[in-house]
Amino acid sequence: MTYIAKPKVHHPSLKKNEIGLTRRDYEGAITTLCAGCGHDSITAAVIQAFWELSIPPHKVAKLSGIGCSSKTPAYFLREAHGFNSVHGRMPAVATGANAANSDLIMIGVSGDGDSLSIGLGQLCHAIRRNVNMLYMLENNGVYGLTKGQFSASADPGSTAKKGEANTMQAIDGALLALTLGATFVARSFSGDKAQLVPIIQAGLAHRGFAFIDIISPCVTFNDHDGSTKSYAYTREHKVEVVQADFVPPAEEISADYQEGSAKNVMMHDGSWVKFRKLAKDYDPTNRDSAYAHIREHQRKGEVVTGLLYLSPDSKDVHDQNDTVPGALYNLPHAQLCPGNDALQKLQQQFR
Amino acid sequence: MSSRVNDFAFKIATANGTGSASANGLIMQAIFRMGVPVTGKNVFPSNIQGLPTWYEIRVSKDGYTARTPTFDLMLALNAATYAKDVAEVRSGGYLMFDSSWPLDDKLMRPDVTYLGVPLAEMCNATFKGVRERILMKNIAYAGALAALIGMDTEIISALTKEKYAAKKPLLESNEKAIALGYDYAKAHFPCPLPIHLEKMDATKDSILIDGNTAAALGAVYAGATVGAWYPITPATSVMEAFKSFCMKYRRDPETKQKKFAILQAEDELAALGMVIGASWAGARAFTPTAGPGISLMNEFIGLAYYAEIPAVIVDVQRTGPSTGMPTRTQQGDLMMCAYASHGDTRHICLYPSDPREAFEMATKAFDLAERFQTPVFLVSDLDIGMNDWMVPKLTWDDNYKPDRGKVLSAEDLEKAKNFYRYLDVDGDGIPQRSLPGVHPKGAYFTRGSGHNKLGGYTEDGDEYQEVLDRIARKVQGAAKAVPAPFMRPTPGATMGLVTVGGCHAACMEAMDLLAKDGIKLNYLRVRGFPFGDEVRQFLDQHEVNFVVEQNRDAQLRSLLMLDLGTHLEKLESVRYYAGFPMSAHHVISGVKAKLEKAA
Repeated sequence: MTYIAKPKVHHPSLKKNEIGLTRRDYEGAITTLCAGCGHDSITAAVIQAFWELSIPPHKVAKLSGIGCSSKTPAYFLREAHGFNSVHGRMPAVATGANAANSDLIMIGVSGDGDSLSIGLGQLCHAIRRNVNMLYMLENNGVYGLTKGQFSASADPGSTAKKGEANTMQAIDGALLALTLGATFVARSFSGDKAQLVPIIQAGLAHRGFAFIDIISPCVTFNDHDGSTKSYAYTREHKVEVVQADFVPPAEEISADYQEGSAKNVMMHDGSWVKFRKLAKDYDPTNRDSAYAHIREHQRKGEVVTGLLYLSPDSKDVHDQNDTVPGALYNLPHAQLCPGNDALQKLQQQFR
Repeated sequence: MSSRVNDFAFKIATANGTGSASANGLIMQAIFRMGVPVTGKNVFPSNIQGLPTWYEIRVSKDGYTARTPTFDLMLALNAATYAKDVAEVRSGGYLMFDSSWPLDDKLMRPDVTYLGVPLAEMCNATFKGVRERILMKNIAYAGALAALIGMDTEIISALTKEKYAAKKPLLESNEKAIALGYDYAKAHFPCPLPIHLEKMDATKDSILIDGNTAAALGAVYAGATVGAWYPITPATSVMEAFKSFCMKYRRDPETKQKKFAILQAEDELAALGMVIGASWAGARAFTPTAGPGISLMNEFIGLAYYAEIPAVIVDVQRTGPSTGMPTRTQQGDLMMCAYASHGDTRHICLYPSDPREAFEMATKAFDLAERFQTPVFLVSDLDIGMNDWMVPKLTWDDNYKPDRGKVLSAEDLEKAKNFYRYLDVDGDGIPQRSLPGVHPKGAYFTRGSGHNKLGGYTEDGDEYQEVLDRIARKVQGAAKAVPAPFMRPTPGATMGLVTVGGCHAACMEAMDLLAKDGIKLNYLRVRGFPFGDEVRQFLDQHEVNFVVEQNRDAQLRSLLMLDLGTHLEKLESVRYYAGFPMSAHHVISGVKAKLEKAA
């Protein structure tokens, strides 16, 4: 991580969004990741997604754990509060922040070590609770900061840089999320911005836990032949089963699709996710068929990408809790404290 | 035995899961309503049904509330523990047992009067169904006891009616069972016994409450909106009480929607992570736990300390190490709470001695956590937390304003030229804070990695050290803000007695008794950490200070030495750590042994 601030140069011709901000206003500090790192492309997709949606950056809270991926919140949305927490435990911090202030737009960035090893339990329970946040698992199959150990997402048979083969089963984030009842499950690729940006936007609009497993190659430790998380392997083996377009609330959805090949799902905020180019018989609102489809391709060595599953009736932590509207953190104390009269009355039961 | 009015102790031995808790509660409350000072200690197993459980009740006209280890009357109602229970009766005392079955000759002591009541026989004849017979047998012993120690029958009747107002069949069964026991005792024994009750007027300004309920109430009154927890004995009832109070006081009158969120976490690590997230976002948040939970929370405690995020942690201590004895009490977490987590840390701790202080200090904990932007521990224990204590009624100052600390508003930030999260603007070591979602100028990056005073990442030694030193200064500043020690000077005393938390009751009683033997002691009970000047001066003014506490390794003594630099020679350790609440005799024998050794 760096404290070299990126110079804010505003070229007059830069395009502005609805709230008058340019893409530069959604950037952060200069990245300190390796040149060509997949994570930096994801950061660029995040910047574009937020800019296009005209979200005021300071309304966002960006949280992460520990690892290369967890550094990236420093590289976007400089006017948003960031929280680089402890290894594998960002979901708990995010859950608490969301409990205190449900108005915050929350984005969590994690990696495969952070999410699938040390933080596997926390990820599972954040999914189970359906915390209202976008959760990006920047997945490269390897521990970067400690220089090249296999992570839990490394595929059996894939090799490390020095040739050693992984013998253990991989934990697949998307399948895991589907099994645990996640209400929004996507898989994408850092090198496919066209696919990733609308998925991020749909994830932000989703009321609940929006999980995106993003294959994000590590150029330094896991981009060689024999790796199944390399640029070359991912490009060759990814299969987009479904293309999701995001249509913000104010816009109309056009009917430029053929019968049977598309499906529209309305989000909580009135926006739409328009699924196109569906594989035959693929229903992105059916958990079981999504699971089966991913497994079927996995057996062929293929990586299924797209917004794979979306639950139309997602209830987040606050829906389940039946919390009052607005943020808890700034309720006036007078509304929270019952006062001395109530205390004296209450104590009659302690006599 | 000569007559002893309103000054005796008795113990009820039963098996858990048989409904004895309601009977014991009824007995406590009835004595309390007779105006007689009373305390109860529940000695229970880590189990749901079938294992031995005891309830000890001490009646003290002088208001002594410490545990007493010998009993004038034993209600031995669990055959599995007869031998142990018979042994605990004071010579000249009484033992009541269920005479439906004969008592083994080996259990007969010549110096104890045996009172046989055929509880099972009577209940089997009166009630139908196994469950009801078992439950009513336990209510029947309360009836027999009422006759033996002269409890007011009208009060018992009123209490039963209050309790079962909504359940008429239960009320009838209970009344019938009480009468069975009462009438039998009256007919067969010289009631009341020489140890008995007489009405007093010493409880009208008091309540009976456990510390976990009181701490939960403190959290409600402080305005806590987020509670995160993982169930653990003996802290579970803190969150259960918080929930029930919130359901009563914290729902929108019309929509019934909640002005609170309780998160049952997957483990204690997550529980504290949630508290940190909620506090970071500006809510008052807390987690109740016990020692094993604190062990797990260590990582997050360090993050909150270094990234300067408020957090309130209620530690209801139980015996350690490891799982230890989950249903027994101890003060074994004093050191851990003070210095939890890796690296250099030091945490604000508050030490309640009874439920009333648990209530007051729970509120204080939130003020201190937000003022000093750091974790604050409310260090309670199982005895305070789970037993019913007689304490003065709780009061609340309606003029109370929560101290939210140096949180900058949107207006403050708008006006400010710039904002740096970790800058010591006021010279007190406490930086300014901004909340997420409020203003673009407030944005900063919260991190547990090395950072400089501007909030930037750093690996520069000087920059790093500057921040770490400021945090040390900040926490030291809290020594003046934590509750002052409780002190009681004794004219002519040259030695000191220092203690912490729930040992208070035993120490107060012990000092009165020691004074009768001519041993005079000045008294100080620490109530907050870091310790302040008053504690240092007290220790300095005595050549010898007895340090009374409930752990093996003299943790309070170590804290005093570490924090104040007091010499070991000045601190004589008196300890009891077998898992039961401390009694006056532990203090007395400890002090006397040290004095004899020195003489």
